[in-house]
Amino acid sequence: MSTVDAHVRSTPGVGGAGGPSSRSRWQRLRGELSLWRPLDLIGVAAAWAVGLLLIVVAAALVLYMGFRGIQYLSLDMLISRPQAGAEQHDTGGILDPMVGTLLIILLATAIALPLAVGTALWIVEYGRPRWLAKIVESAIEVIAGAPSIAIAIFGLAIFQLPMMSWASFSAADGGGVFGRSFIAAGTVMSLIALPSIFTTTREALQSVPRHVREASYGLGKTRWATIRRVLLPTVRPDIATGTALGMGRIAGDTAIIVLLLGATIQLQAGSEIPLVGTFQGTGSTLTSYIYNNSPTGEGNAPEKAYAAAFVLMLMIIGLNMLVSLIGRRRAGNDLPR
Amino acid sequence: MDSFPPPVRRIALDRTPRVVAPTERSDPIARAVAPSFGPERLRIDAVSISYEGAPKPAVNAVTLPVRQGEVLALIGPSGCGKTTLLRSLNRLVELTPGARRDGRILLDGDDIDAIEITRLRRRVSMIFQQPNPFPMSIFDNVAYAIREQSRRRPGKAVLKPRVEQALQRAGLWDEVKDDLGRPALRLSGGQQQRLCIARALAVEPDVLLMDEPCSALDPISTGVVEELIHELRQSLAIVIVTHNLAQARRVGDHVAFMYLGDLVEYGPAEELFERPRADRTRDYVSGSFG
Repeated sequence: MSTVDAHVRSTPGVGGAGGPSSRSRWQRLRGELSLWRPLDLIGVAAAWAVGLLLIVVAAALVLYMGFRGIQYLSLDMLISRPQAGAEQHDTGGILDPMVGTLLIILLATAIALPLAVGTALWIVEYGRPRWLAKIVESAIEVIAGAPSIAIAIFGLAIFQLPMMSWASFSAADGGGVFGRSFIAAGTVMSLIALPSIFTTTREALQSVPRHVREASYGLGKTRWATIRRVLLPTVRPDIATGTALGMGRIAGDTAIIVLLLGATIQLQAGSEIPLVGTFQGTGSTLTSYIYNNSPTGEGNAPEKAYAAAFVLMLMIIGLNMLVSLIGRRRAGNDLPR
Repeated sequence: MDSFPPPVRRIALDRTPRVVAPTERSDPIARAVAPSFGPERLRIDAVSISYEGAPKPAVNAVTLPVRQGEVLALIGPSGCGKTTLLRSLNRLVELTPGARRDGRILLDGDDIDAIEITRLRRRVSMIFQQPNPFPMSIFDNVAYAIREQSRRRPGKAVLKPRVEQALQRAGLWDEVKDDLGRPALRLSGGQQQRLCIARALAVEPDVLLMDEPCSALDPISTGVVEELIHELRQSLAIVIVTHNLAQARRVGDHVAFMYLGDLVEYGPAEELFERPRADRTRDYVSGSFG
């Protein structure tokens, strides 16, 4: 500090307006850097470079998708159904894949959320018998690590069993069960979201201090009342985080959709019953739509694919915002952890 | 050098304390405090508690009475079993895996094992070392304690007077009455602890258990809580565990000194501090160990 001041004083009038201060800041930085070892300097520079590179990649992705999306997306695309067509301009819109994506997210989350939260509660609050708890935890880790295409083909084997014929199309003459429907894809897709919801919930529950539970038991509350009124409200934001992560994975998965939803161009009801028929029927999501219409897919309508990818990105961002809004802690309600 | 942990030593002479009712005592101190005590509410009868895998019981055949209108202070060095004993009084110790209790604890003459557990814990409620309000509003913290486990939950209009009464008894009402919807965790440490006291009082207990209630508080809040204990004991029996000997002396009517699971000495507070009968007690209260 003092050397810098001396230097500035000894060269009066140099630099003009702003000169001395910027010069001294630069010199201070140089002075600080001279204290670093060369290896540290290289390490820090590399960390900076990698960080900047990641920012550039992320920005490029968002900007490119945004640019392409805005270029090809039109309101008409959002409200019209996809069609089979030879040219890009007569393949219709992306209404059905959008509805399909939403249906799959809703269905899979509706299955995964209670399962995952219930399992986490059982593991942390009861955990007996211990061997069973251990096995369940390992099983969830296996599911989390399994590639979704493997889960998908396993799911297909299940949903093609004759006894699962209620869940999808069957051949009219009593032949094979088709095994592809919203029910099939949604059920199997719940396995994709389950581990992240389970893990965040379990960790949040484990971080609630023991004396908080005991305070509730000490007031004559049952385990269930304690879970419902104290523990669940406390971990709600974490459940929301896990759910948002899970929804993102559901919305982004393609393998399960191609194998278990059929990836048909339009939604096709599986029976005459309204709503239930839709769930029994096939359809597509934005991911399978993008896959089919990408330059390598059979549809080969890249403009539509870009537009759909843009919509998918917006959808996931919107869902995440919605979930974090639902799960937001009331300020000041954080337990000390 | 002494080995650590210190070798287990039986205090054979003082193993069975001479439990004398204050009214039967001849000395002036005991008679001076005696009249304020009501009937015996809680009786700890030869209670032993052991944890699985531990070489010796955490609490060893302890017998103690707790009377209406008195504060019983449990003192002793760390690991002497005082908190374990306290936690057994509302059967909270059962939550610890591997804990086992022998002997009987009587609440108004009934064995606490025969009382339905949620009912027992309403009659014998507890304050913890760490202030632990739930992450909800001040109002809901107290209301949560009152709400029955039934399907129909009483409305705010029904709860409001009872919440107010509990907060007033805990001396917190004037500080929070303007904003009962504020998150409880925004209160200061001392206020949080008084909210926990209000919560414990809201269930209208017969006995209040306090596990080092002031150890996380500053001296001013400690003073406020101690003042509160003085007022509360008019209407209920209080058992307090404390590390702080001065506090035991200030708030305790009777003091029980425990060492390594054994009850070494029990008596009126002033007597135990001024004229301890056991050597071990004298050493402890004079500060030579602990």
